[in-house]
Parts: sequence; structure tokens; C-alpha cells
Amino acid sequence: MNQTMDLVREARLMKGNEALAEAAIRAGIHAYFGYPITPQSEVLEYFTREMPKRGGIVLQAESELAAINMIYGAAGAGARVMTSSSSPGISLMQEGLSYIASAQLPCLVVNVNRGGPGLGTIQPSQGDYFQATKGGGHGDYHLIVLAPASVQEMADFVFDAIALAEKYRNPAMILADGALGQMMEKVELPEEGSLKYPEKSWATVGKTKDRERNIVTSLFIQPEKMEEINLELQEKYKKLKEEVRYELISTEDAEILLVAFGLSARICQKTIEIAREKGIKLGLLRPITLYPFPEKAVASFANKVDFYLTVEMNSGQMIQDVKLAVNGKKPVYHYGRMGGVISSPEEVLAKVEEIAEKNLVANE
Amino acid sequence: MKINDSIEGLDLIYKKPETLTDTPLHYCPGCGHGVVHRILMEVVDEMGIQQDTVGVAPVGCSVFAYHYMNIDMQEAAHGRASAVATGIKRVLPDKFVFSYQGDGDLAAIGTAETIHTVNRGENILMVFINNGIYGMTGGQMAPTTLIGQKTSTSPYGRDEKLIGYPLKITDMLVILPGAYYVTRQAVSSAGAVRKLKKAVKKSFEYQKLNKGTCFIEVVSNCPSGWGMTPVEANKWMEENMFPYYPIGDLKVPQAGANKN
Repeated sequence: MNQTMDLVREARLMKGNEALAEAAIRAGIHAYFGYPITPQSEVLEYFTREMPKRGGIVLQAESELAAINMIYGAAGAGARVMTSSSSPGISLMQEGLSYIASAQLPCLVVNVNRGGPGLGTIQPSQGDYFQATKGGGHGDYHLIVLAPASVQEMADFVFDAIALAEKYRNPAMILADGALGQMMEKVELPEEGSLKYPEKSWATVGKTKDRERNIVTSLFIQPEKMEEINLELQEKYKKLKEEVRYELISTEDAEILLVAFGLSARICQKTIEIAREKGIKLGLLRPITLYPFPEKAVASFANKVDFYLTVEMNSGQMIQDVKLAVNGKKPVYHYGRMGGVISSPEEVLAKVEEIAEKNLVANE
Repeated sequence: MKINDSIEGLDLIYKKPETLTDTPLHYCPGCGHGVVHRILMEVVDEMGIQQDTVGVAPVGCSVFAYHYMNIDMQEAAHGRASAVATGIKRVLPDKFVFSYQGDGDLAAIGTAETIHTVNRGENILMVFINNGIYGMTGGQMAPTTLIGQKTSTSPYGRDEKLIGYPLKITDMLVILPGAYYVTRQAVSSAGAVRKLKKAVKKSFEYQKLNKGTCFIEVVSNCPSGWGMTPVEANKWMEENMFPYYPIGDLKVPQAGANKN
């Protein structure tokens, strides 16, 4: 962020969902297609209110299936597009996301994660980590996944996610949760028009005489061709590792490392404060990109800390990626509440102390 | 040797539309798809709108339509062609957008998208190929399969008590205010082909008016899926399909009618 941009930034008190929608308009989204679902309906409401005034396109679709396929069509036609939903709605979009990933179309999808499985609850959850980071639909593919931990990041990551989606021609997801969507915080909104539009020579905008026709498709019936496309995707995912982002908090002298993303990372920051008052040297690694996962950064603590503890609002999903990165060098534990329940900083600390105690006994 | 070399010195009186590629059609002998493809591309040629046309072909026999139509195209998921077409048209409102869908796609798995696209009056052309069967997957029962008709998943004939009636989805769409022009055509004879072409041309012209959805059902055949020769299939279609799906306009633009 350069100084000139800082000057034009204005601070507002906004809900996460609304900050995200406003940021998207400032990021030059041409069209938004969506369907109401709690706890993210404010996004659709914001667009239906603002887009007509600001020259953008907004359409409330008949279902999430239709919405994600409108995204496919509009992205294929070269527009900058986004949709948003919450867990059950995101499940409905998985077919479309698989097609979009295969056809290599850039777009932004926002999941304001709520507790499940099933219809579940409307309270915040991180239960969709697997779905978000491992593909979600059928076939070998990945979304680019960014996890905000504040209303400010709900806004900022819209720009980052779109930039990454367009750079790699891959769908990007912002994985938030019901609390981030609903809570109000101070936010400095990004500058309108600062995100440039890339050339999209592949888009279906009408075939001119000077080029071959453009085809947006995910159908490659010859297995050799399908494998070629798969290799191309895998090559892209390999390159994506350069885009890994994470945050380190109090890790310089840490003896125990918490790994947490999104809202859980906010809670862990408080846990660290209380722990350090008691003399427990706790640090936090917060993955910002959940895919690509910051595996090297996670692994780099294996020789420095006694153990890892992942704190997630689920039964233990990211812990699998942490374990893969640590590769057995140190114990990795998990603490989490499910179904829309948020853990308190004290609960997390109690878990840290419990494990530390056990480790001590085991090492004697 | 190119085709043009062989006819050098002769008067060319009939030719393939320039917006049809040279790729040999994969469709079975006697299938109606090839004719409908050709008619669409003839109209695109005659109107000179290759650079302004985007087509959408979803899962089904015609999913490979982009092999044959020399225009920008998108392949769509099963049933979602009209949602994809909506996405395209909304961001490219000045382009001609059409979807090309089969009966399983448009009238079973994509029923919700079909109804809501037309209900919104999207300014697109939806071409609906109704041959009463799932051709690509090998001849299973479709929503439009006739009562008593045998398919690989209705081996004793379609029993309406078990699986309901053949769906006249085109008739259902007529009542929607978003539908601007709704017609049912065929490709079983030279006369039918000429009428279909007129309907296609009108639909593209109407698209310029921004007055709602144009919808053309083409009652077609599937000799392979029906287990008939092409001639038998056409005869069976005329005797069985046409009485249930009568050919003709279902909704024509009314003078003074206005949407948007």
C-alpha cells in the first residue's frame, strides 16, 4: 500500500458482508449473481441496492446452481464476476465450480461458512475447510482459497482474490464465516478502479475474422487430451505455491505453535496474550492462503517448538495439512468446537496447558 | 484437392454455410441435429453476425456443437445452458446469444433454469431439440418420451402411472410473460426445414428488440435410440410425435406488446 492510496482511504464502520460487497464494486466487478442464504444475504442485498446506481449488473438467480452457471457464462464471456453463498449453497455450486476450474475461468466465490452438516445452523463455522481446499466438486482441481480474519480483510481480500483468479485463470474463494460476515468493525475501503483488467483473448465475445473461434469448455473426451489438461492444471497449482501468504504472531521465542485461520486466529491472538502473562511462550502461525497452504512455513517450526496445536471451528480438518507439513517431526494436536460454537481464548489455553502437562509427563 | 477446385468452372448454386466448419458430423445417419446446426449457421451467415453471436451447448448429443459451428461457443453443464446463456447475455447485451438443448437437458434436469430464464424474459434464443429420448447416453427414457414408448429404461413402454406423462414444456412456457415468441417446428421434410429457418431468422431479429425470450422446439428423431432406420424414424415421428407435439406457432408477438 503506497502513501497516496492511504490518503484516499476512508474509514467506515461496516458489517463484514457489506464491506466485502462494497470492496467488490470498487474492484470493478461487472456482474454479481447470487441467491439468498443466511448468514450472507447482506452481500446480495448490498449489490441489488448499489449495482443499479453504479452501472453494474446484479441478478438474483433461481438457485445457487443457476447462479454459479451464470458465473460460468459471464466469466467465459470475459467479465469480472463473483457470487457468494453460505455452506449449503456452496455445496450446490460444486458442480459448477468443477466445470469452471476445468474451463479455467477466473471468478470470485465467497463462502460465509455456517455450521453443518446438512441444513445445520446459521452460526459461524470452519467446517467447509476440506471442501474449500481439496477441490470440493468432482475431479482433480483446486480453488485458490483466502481466509480473512477481520472486516478489513473481508474487503482487502476481494482485490487479492480477483487478482489471483485472473492471473492464474482459476476460481478463487474467500472462505469467511458467519461471524466475520455479520460483525461490524472499522474498515478502510480500497480505492475504486485500482485493480486493472487483464487481456482475456480466450473469452467468447464473438468470433472476428482475424482469429479462430474461442471455445469455453470442460469437455475433453480423449483421455490423452484430458490428461494433458490435468497436467496443465497441476503445473498451475505448482506455480501457485509462490503466492503463499501467512502471518506470524509472537513466534520469535515460541515454544508452542498454534496454527489457526480466520476467526480462530483472532481468538488465538487473545489466547497468546493470556498465555504470555502466565509465562507460556505461545506463538501463532495464521495461514492466509489456505490453498496454496503455507507448508514450508509450518514445517520451519518443527525444530523450534515442542508441539503444534491447530485451533479450528471444526472437528480437525486443517490439522491434516499441518501434519503433512510437519511430517512426524513434532506432535500435532487439534482443538475445535463444532456446529456453530466458537471457542473462548481460555478454552484454547486450557487445551495448551493440558497437552503441555501430558508432554512433560511423557518426556520424564 | 479442395472442394472448390473440383467445381472450378461450374456454377456453384448451393454451398455449406461459411460458419459451419469442415469437421465431419458425429451424428448418426438420419439424425436431425445436423440439419438444425446448418439452419442456425445459415441464418448467422445471412445476417452477417458471426462476430456478434455466442452459442451455448450443454451435455447431450449436441455438446460437441462447437466442433461444427464456427462461432464463439461455451459448453455447459447438464441442464444449465440457459443459466450460462443468461450470464453471457447479461454481460454482452448487444450480442446474439442462443442455447441449443435436448429434452433431457431442458425439460428434466434443467427445468428450473428453463422456466426462470424464460420468466425473466432473457433476450436469447433457446433451441430445444425434442426427440423423446436420451441419445448420447444410449437411449434412455426422456421427460418427453411418449406413453407406451419403449426405451432402455422403459423396456415395457412408458407407463404414465409409474413415471408420469410426456412433458409439454413448450406449452407451459407460453403462459410466461417473458416468452416473446414460442414455436414448435420440425426437420422431417424440406418444407418443415424452410419453416424452421424462418422461425430461427425471426428469433434472431426479435433478439435485437429486447422484448423477451424466443423459444423454438424442434420435434426431431433419434433413429439409433429408437432402433429404426432413418426413414422409419421420420414416419414414426410424424405418426406419433406430431399428434402429441403439434407443429406450429404457440405464441407470436402481439402488436403493441411490450416488455422492458
